[in-house]
Order: sequence, then structure tokens, then C-alpha cells
Amino acid sequence: MDSYFSILFTEVYKILFLLVPVLVSVAMIVWLDRRVWAFVQKRRGPNVVGPFGLFQSLADALKYIFKEIIIPASSNKLVFVLAPVVTMTLALISWAVIPFGEDFVLADINVGILYLFAVSSLGVYGIIMGGWASNSKYPFLGAIRSAAQMVSYEVSIGVIIINVLLCVGSLNLSDIVMAQQNIWFVIPLFPMFVIFFISALAETNRPPFDLPEAEAELVAGYQTEYSGMMYAMFWLGEYANILLMCAMGAVLFLGGWLSPIDIFPLNAIPGPFWLIFKILFLFILFALVKATVPRYRYDQLMKLGWKIFLPFSLFYVVLTSSFLLYFDLLPGK
Amino acid sequence: MIAHAVFFYIFSLIAIVSAVMVTVSKNTVHSVFFLILDFISISCLFIMIGAEFLGMIMLIVYVGAVAVLFLFVVMMLNVAEQKGQWFSSRWDGGTHIPVGLLVSLIIFFELIIVIGGWKYKPDLLNSLSINISTEVTNTRSIGNVLYTDYILLFQISGMILLVAMIGAIVLTFRERAGVKRQSYVKQISRERDEGVHLVEAEKNKGVKIDA
Repeated sequence: MDSYFSILFTEVYKILFLLVPVLVSVAMIVWLDRRVWAFVQKRRGPNVVGPFGLFQSLADALKYIFKEIIIPASSNKLVFVLAPVVTMTLALISWAVIPFGEDFVLADINVGILYLFAVSSLGVYGIIMGGWASNSKYPFLGAIRSAAQMVSYEVSIGVIIINVLLCVGSLNLSDIVMAQQNIWFVIPLFPMFVIFFISALAETNRPPFDLPEAEAELVAGYQTEYSGMMYAMFWLGEYANILLMCAMGAVLFLGGWLSPIDIFPLNAIPGPFWLIFKILFLFILFALVKATVPRYRYDQLMKLGWKIFLPFSLFYVVLTSSFLLYFDLLPGK
Repeated sequence: MIAHAVFFYIFSLIAIVSAVMVTVSKNTVHSVFFLILDFISISCLFIMIGAEFLGMIMLIVYVGAVAVLFLFVVMMLNVAEQKGQWFSSRWDGGTHIPVGLLVSLIIFFELIIVIGGWKYKPDLLNSLSINISTEVTNTRSIGNVLYTDYILLFQISGMILLVAMIGAIVLTFRERAGVKRQSYVKQISRERDEGVHLVEAEKNKGVKIDA
């Protein structure tokens, strides 16, 4: 029993060591997002609070904490309160399997990529619960839109993951990174990387796919009735999910913690920093897309997901597997 | 081991309680939420016995896709507040109770047959030609069985699902008249000559634009 408690304490310590940096970086990434956005549009962006406005997110968080939490009288109170909790929890638990280095991962499970996929497919519940429990038209429409969108794009993300897995022969995320020692998968599977990136935009409800919260039509979508800290939790969960999608892209296609070339000044930098660079690179791409493209129409969004991405990635599965089979490169013999 | 047992009983308790709550709760949407909780705790049980692949697939397929569709249907049909009408005789003459009893009796006997059959075959694992090795991950061992010994059944079940899917599409698909669809090819291939028409408008008749 004693050893059990010591294991428990070390695990809690490890989890805190992972979660606190993730939460801090989510706050910082919001600032970065707004700065990049402002940079593209020739504005200044948040630059008042602290040096370069770095503490803007902290100021916002303080503001949210002191705001009143309003629970609508006709809402379904329990589900209404649970929804942001579900979103936030699901956004955070998936970080457990992201490998930051060779032996630097909280849970090195055999089915890591399936775990990530499962948790990201659960993410839709926070949104549906919030939209339904608000008992109001705009949140409900936003939730329905969001659910349909996330389910559709998950399908293509799943097929893209199959493409990567064909080249790896394992569902373990560390194995996926180690399989990219010779060549990052972004090079042979470049079309898949592009589709993954666009699907990740849709999966996290980022522009140009931010229809669930299209302010001109739906006020703020499923978040309309939320206020104060509950709104902030939705918001944090959303950004944690975006970071997670960037991490997933970095692990699947950009070689995770590996340096681009295995020569001295590059491989002296520790692995976690490489992963963070790659996540930041993908995130800046996310931010640039947000700043430059107009919003899709809903039927165009569905058409893109089901009629273009899904057939193309299925075709690519056939292509990849026949290529591997023909040149006898299939892993895991 | 104690911790393992504690977690096992916690998850099984959640699974049983939420399974009961699915049928008991009056709000249909709550029922679906309890169903989701049930799926999640059962996949936790799968993971605890070491079948992590099955647990994750359970989460992805049932929770991530099937239950979302359930929620969609339940929310859209607006059957959220039935207020226990299912069991009252006012509603539909109370014909549901005998039918429900019949179905549950059939399932009960089926379960008895299955569990009874299991009891007479204590060496079920040995009787099949499956080597269960602890060295191979269970993803790989499922693949080894599914794509070799049972490939035919696997493909047939895939075919059945495909037929069901196409059938559902055929049954629900309706070509509605008068719906304008966007055609990218048409839009892009438009030239100035065919885009602009000069029409001599007749007096008191006007021009029909959308011809």
C-alpha cells in the first residue's frame, strides 16, 4: 500500500510537470495568435500589458475570474455546468501520450495514436452538451453545426492516420517518431500533410471553418449563453486542442523531437525544444490562415470534407500500401 | 493488485448504474448521455484487462460516432420530454409493455443459451487454433487472426455493412426539384461572351432572366 502511494505521488508530480507548462503555453499562444493576426492586418495587437503585451492573457484570465457566472434559468443546469469541464478535461488529458523526447513521455502506451484520435473524437461532446443545455436557438444550431463538422473531418483525419501507420507498423507515438529518422513523413506524404492541416483547422473550429461560432449568423454559437470562467474554460480548451492538433501534426509528419538533419549544431539541441519549435511553426501557420482566408459556406465545408478529402485520402491509402508492397518496404515483418 | 480491483469495481459500478439510468431516466437526452458514460466505462474495463485496442476502438466507433448520431436524432426529433409516457396506458393503448417483455424474454433466453454453452466448454480458448502470446501487442494479434483465419467472415461483414449503408442512402435520398447547386466548373468556365446578354426588352412584358 505504501509503494502504491509513492507511485501515486510521483505520477501526480509528473502530471503537474506536464500540465502547468501546457496551461501556461496555452495562455501565451493566445497572445501569439492575436499578435500574428494583428501583424498580418497591420495593426499593433495586444501590446500594453507587460513587455510586448505578454501578460495580456493573464489580464484576460483575471477579468474572466471576477466576472459573474450566469446560468440561464431555463437551461439544463447540470449539463450546462459539465460542458466546459468536459471540453477542458478532454483537451488536457490527450497531452499524456505526446512524446517530447526519447524517454520523455508521461504514458508510453501501445495504442497512443488511437488514444489521441479517440479523445479528439470525444471533444465533440463538450460542444453538443453546451449547445443543448443552453436551451436556446443559437447555441443549439451552433452545436449541431459543430458536431456535424467535427464528425465529418474526423473521418478524413482517421484515413490520414492510416497512411502514416502503414509506413510505421506500430500505433505507438514514439515508434512513429523513430520511424522518421531517415525521412520525415511530410516529404513522401506531403498531400496527406496538407489535408491533415486543413482537417485540423476544421476539427478545432478555426477559421475558415469557424461556422459553429459564425458571429454574423449565430452570435457566438454554442458559447452564447456562457459567461465568466465557464466561457474562459471553453476558450482555453479550444486553444489547448489547437496546440494538440499542432503537436499531432508535428509527431505524425514533422518527425516529433528529431532534428531535421543529424549533424552537430542541430542535434545538440534537446528533443523537446525541437518538438516545441515544430508545434510553434504549425501554430503560426494556423494563425496566418486565420488572418488571411474568408469563411467557408456550410455546404462547401461538407462537400470539401466528404467529396474531396475522404476519396483523396482513401486513394492515397491504396497508393501508399501498393507502393510499400511493391518495393517490399512494409514494416513489421 | 488492490488498486486494480478497486478501479475494476469502480468502473463496473459506473457501467451498471449508467446502464440502468439509460432506461430509467425520463429525459431522452439524459439517457443518451448515460449510454455514453456506459460505453466509456466499458472501454475502461477493456483497457484494464489489457485489450487496449478494443477499448480504444470502442471509444472511437461507439462514443465518437454512433452516440453522436443518437444524440443528433434524439435532439432533432425533440423527444426530450416524454415524462414517463412510455409506461402509462394512456399512450398508444399501452401496447409497449407486452412487446417489451417479449423482446426482453427472448434476449434473456439467448443469454442463457450463450452462457450455458460457455459453461460446457471450459477449454474454449484451447479448442481454437489461436496462439495467444504475451510478447505481441494485441493490435497485432487481432490483425493476425482477423486477416488470416477469419478473412472471409471479415470481408462478408464489411460487405453487409456496405449494403446496409447503400440501402439507407437509397431509402432516404430524394432528388428535390428546383434546388440550385453550385458548380465550380460552370462558374470558372464562364466567359464574358456568354455572361453578358444584350436583350431587346419588349414593352410591358419584361425579360425572363433565369431561363
